[in-house]
Amino acid sequence: MVRGTKQAMTGCNITLAGAQLTALGSGALWWEAHNLLCVSDLHLGKSERILRRGGSALPPYETRDTLTRLERDLEATDARIVVCLGDSFDDLIAAQSLSETERLWITRLQAGRSWIWIEGNHDPGPIDLGGSHLGELPLPPLIFRHIAEKGKSGEISGHYHPKAQISMRGRTVSRPAFLLDSDRLIMPAYGTYTGGLRSSDDALTKIMRPEATAILTGRTPHQIPMPR
Amino acid sequence: MAMLPPSFRSWFKTKGWSIHPHQQAMLARSDDPALLLIAPTGGGKTLAGFLPTLVDLATNDHDGMHTLYVSPLKALAADIKRNLRTPVDEMSLNIRIEDRTGDTSATQKRRQRADPPHILLTTPESLALLTSYDDAHRMFKGLKRIVVDEIHALADSKRGDQLFLALARLQTLCPDLKRVGLSATVEDPDAIAHLLARHPDPCEILLADPGPAPDIQMLTTDEAPPWSGNGAKYSIPAVIDQIKQHKTTLIFHNTRAQAEIFFHNLWLANDDSLPIGIHHGSLDRVQRERVEAAMVRGDLRAIVCTGSLDLGIDWGDVDLVIQIGAPKNVKRLVQRIGRANHRYNAPSKALLVPANRFEVVECIAALEAAKEGELDGDPRGPGPRDVLCQHILIAACAGPFDADALFAEMTSAGAYSTLTRSDFDACLDFCATGGYALRAYDKWKRLLQRPDGMWQLRDPRSTRAIRMNLGTIQDRDTLKVRLKRNRGGKPLGEVEEAFAATLTPGDTFLIGGQIVRYEGLREMTVEVSKRADKKPKIATFSGTKFSTSTQLSQRVLRMFQQDAWPELPKHTADWLALQRRVSRLPEPGRLLIESFPHEDRAHTVIYGFAGRNAMQTLGLLLTNRMEESGLNPLGFLATDYATMIWSLDAVRDPAPLFDLGTLRDGLDTWLAGNAVMKRTFRASATIAGLIERNSPSARKSGRQATFSSDILYDTLHKYDPDHVMMQITREEAMKGLIDFGRIEDMIRRIDGRIDLIEHSRVTPLAAPLFLEVGRVTVKGLAEEKLLAAEAARLMATAGLAP
Repeated sequence: MVRGTKQAMTGCNITLAGAQLTALGSGALWWEAHNLLCVSDLHLGKSERILRRGGSALPPYETRDTLTRLERDLEATDARIVVCLGDSFDDLIAAQSLSETERLWITRLQAGRSWIWIEGNHDPGPIDLGGSHLGELPLPPLIFRHIAEKGKSGEISGHYHPKAQISMRGRTVSRPAFLLDSDRLIMPAYGTYTGGLRSSDDALTKIMRPEATAILTGRTPHQIPMPR
Repeated sequence: MAMLPPSFRSWFKTKGWSIHPHQQAMLARSDDPALLLIAPTGGGKTLAGFLPTLVDLATNDHDGMHTLYVSPLKALAADIKRNLRTPVDEMSLNIRIEDRTGDTSATQKRRQRADPPHILLTTPESLALLTSYDDAHRMFKGLKRIVVDEIHALADSKRGDQLFLALARLQTLCPDLKRVGLSATVEDPDAIAHLLARHPDPCEILLADPGPAPDIQMLTTDEAPPWSGNGAKYSIPAVIDQIKQHKTTLIFHNTRAQAEIFFHNLWLANDDSLPIGIHHGSLDRVQRERVEAAMVRGDLRAIVCTGSLDLGIDWGDVDLVIQIGAPKNVKRLVQRIGRANHRYNAPSKALLVPANRFEVVECIAALEAAKEGELDGDPRGPGPRDVLCQHILIAACAGPFDADALFAEMTSAGAYSTLTRSDFDACLDFCATGGYALRAYDKWKRLLQRPDGMWQLRDPRSTRAIRMNLGTIQDRDTLKVRLKRNRGGKPLGEVEEAFAATLTPGDTFLIGGQIVRYEGLREMTVEVSKRADKKPKIATFSGTKFSTSTQLSQRVLRMFQQDAWPELPKHTADWLALQRRVSRLPEPGRLLIESFPHEDRAHTVIYGFAGRNAMQTLGLLLTNRMEESGLNPLGFLATDYATMIWSLDAVRDPAPLFDLGTLRDGLDTWLAGNAVMKRTFRASATIAGLIERNSPSARKSGRQATFSSDILYDTLHKYDPDHVMMQITREEAMKGLIDFGRIEDMIRRIDGRIDLIEHSRVTPLAAPLFLEVGRVTVKGLAEEKLLAAEAARLMATAGLAP
C-alpha cells in the first residue's frame, strides 16, 4: 500500500491510564492534551545499512518516504512535542550516513518543536542531530520507552512492529497495528521499510492482557479484539 | 565416427534390438555443432542422445568430463543414471556416470569439482551454480558434448533462459562443445533450434518417425456434462469403468485443486477398492516418491495427477491417458498422450473428458487439431532481463569479467540474440549500483570497475548470498501441512500461505486425497487432524490456471460457423443451435457483445475468445472505462471465452470502450497499483537479485525481519518509476498474467466490427457464465466498508466497547 493519503487526523480515540489519546491511521499517536506526536521504529537509513552489510541494493528512498509521511502528520496536528520511540535509525552508522538533504529536512521538522529521541536497540548511542536523547521519557500518567517492560502501567512502547490480521469471507487483510490493553500501548512501526510481527506471536500474546485490542492502521483505523 | 563399433552391435543384438534410424543419424552427425532431435516418447531418445558419447568413450581415452546432461527434473537425472548404467555395465565400458542436483551431498559435490565424472547428469540450476565457481574452467576442461533433455519443457520458461545463458558460458570455456537437444513433438522446432544453437550458428533438426497416430476420443457418458464448473464429477462412473478395462491409467487435471477433488470423488465411488494414487507438486516429497515407486512396480491401476507427471520419466506400463477438463493447449495434450504406451510403434490411447458444456466444444476442437497435427503455442519473445541480471551476478562470482566479452557471450544465446547494448548496460548498472536515479551510496557498489576496465565484486563474500539466491523457480509462499502429533506428525504436503490464512480451527480441506481438519498454526506449519466424517467445506490451493491457446480459441470460433454440428453430442449441438436462433454465435474477425437485464442489473457479455488472463485484464480495463463513463459497473467475471460485466446502467455504445489507445492508457494507470504487477515485481526482483529469498545470516529470524516486496514496489513506483526493475516488471507482466498482447491482437482482428445485440433476457451462450465462480467486485471503498462492519461485529461479539 502507498501509505499516507490525507489520513492524518482520522483517528481512533483511546484511553490509557486516564490519558486521552488518538491512534492515527498513519501509525502515529497523538496526545492532544500535551500537543505531542509519537512515532516509533522509523528505521531511517535501512537501505544503506543493508547494502553496507553485503545485502542487495534496495531502493534508497525509504528515508525520504518516512520523512514525507512524518511531515504530513506534523502539519496536520501542529505538534509541539515529538517523541521518536526508538529504532529511529537502522543503526548509528546509518544515522551518520544520512544525506545532507535528509539531515536538513529533519532539522527543519525540529524547528519550533521539542524533539525527543528515545534510544532503541538499533540506535543505542547519541546521534549528532538536534533534539534530546533519552533512555525513556516519563510524562505522567504515561511513560514512553522503546521496549515494553513487565508489570508497568501507562506505558507506551514500540520495538515489536506489531501487525494484525483479519479475515472476512475469504478476504484477508493484514496491517500494522497498535496493541492496547489497560496497562500499555505497543505502537506499530512507522518507517517505510519495516516488516511486522503478527499479534498472535508468543512474544506479543505474553505481554498483552487477554482483553487486549488491536487497532489496524490504514485510511480509517479499525479496532478489533487482538488476534491471538 | 558414423559407425557403431562391434561391441555395441553385439550388445544391441543380445538385447534383440535394432538401432533406430534416428539413433543412427545422431551418431552420424555427432560432429554437428548443434543438433536437435524431435522424437516421440518411447523412441529411444535418450540413448540417441548418449550414443555418440558412449561410442567415443568406448573407443578413445578421455580425461575428465566428457558429456554434460541437463534435464528439467532431478528425478529424471536419477532415472537416466539408472538407465545408462545398463548398457555401460553390460558392455563393460569404463565410464563414470554421476548426477548432481540439489539432493547431492556436499562431500560428493566437492569431490565432483575436483575429480569430475565422464558423464555428469544435472539440472539447469545446478549447472548455473557450477559456472559460478572460479574453478569452473578446470571442472569443465575437455568437455565435448552437452545433452539437453526434454528441451521443449525448458524452452517456455526462465529455467530455460538460465540454462542457455549457462551454455553460452560453457561454450566460452570449451569452444568445441557440441550441443544436442532432445525434444518431444512441438509446433515450432525452429524456435527451439534457435534457443539451442550458439547464435548465429545453424542447428539442424532431426525428425524421428512420429510413430502411429494416437487414438484420442472424447469420453461419452450417459449423463450430459453440466453447464458449468470444472469438477467433471458426472464422469466418475465412466472413468472407473475405463480404469477397470486398462492396466494403468493416468488421469490428468489442469489444476491441483481439481485433481484433489476428483480423487476424493473417485475414491468415494471406488466400490471395488481399485488401487488408485494421487500425484501433484504440492504433496510432500515422501508421499510423491511412494506413489512413483508403487507405479513403477505396477501396483497402481490409476494415478490422478497434474503436470508434475508430464515429463518423460518411465513410470511403467501406462496404457490409457484420461484428460479431465478441456486441454487448453493442443501441444500439451499431445505430449501428455505420449505418456501412454511407452512403446514405440504402438498407438497411444487417450480419452478427453469435458467438464462442462462449453468444454465439449473445446475438446472436439482440440481433438481435431491433434488429428491434423496442428499444434499451438505463442512465440515467446526475447529473453527476460531479470534472468540476465542474475547471470551477470553469476559471472561476477566466477571472477572479474569484461563487459564487452560478457555482452558478446550473452547475445550468443538465442533468446538474447536481439538484446541491445543499452538494455544490457542497464542491467549491468543495476547489478553494480542498484541503478537508481538517486545515486545515494556510491561507496557501497556491489560491482566495481577496476582501472583495467574489468568488473568485479566489491566484496568477495557476497558470492555466498548470490549463490544462495540463484535460480528462477519461484516458490510461492507455502506452509507445510502436518498431522498434529506430539513430536511432529507425518508431513502431508503444502498449501499456499494465503489459503492457510483463511482457515479457522475446525475448517476441513482436502490434501493428498484425504479430508483433514485444521487445528492450528505452529511454527509456520499447518497442523491438521484426520477427519474423514465431514465433507470438506473449502477447496485447496488456487494453483495456476492456463489460458486456452490462441489457436484453439480460433478453432472453436471456426466451429461455431458450421451449419450443423454432427460431431458434437446432441445436447451440445442443440444448445449452439438455440443460441443461433435467439441471438448469434460469435464469429472470427468480429466481436459479439450481448446485453440483457438480469435481476435488476444490466449485464454485458463480451465474447472476446482471448484466453482467461487476457479476458480478466479486459474486464478490469472495461469496468474502469465504464466507471469513467458513469455506467456504474459493479463487478465482472472472466472465462477463456467471455467477460461478463454487471452494472447499474447498460452499455449502449461499446465502440469507444474498445479504443486501443484508451485501453492502453487505462492499463498504465490501472497497472500501477495492481496486485498482478506486484506479484510479477516480486518474482522478477527476486530473480534479478534485488530481493534475497535466502540470506546467510537472516534465516533464523523468519518473517519478522522481512518486509513485504509490495513496499519496495510502491516506493519505486513513487520515487523512481522508470527504474530498470519497473521496466522489467512491465515487460514480464504484459506477456504473463496480464496478457495484454492478446487483447491487442483481438482488437486488431475485429478492427471496429463490433456487434452489440440487446436482449430482454439471458441468452443460451451466456447462461453458463452465471454458474461460474471467480466473480470480481469492482473495488474502491468496498474493502473499508467490509472492514468497518466486521470490526464492529467482532468487538460486539467479544463484549468490548469500541
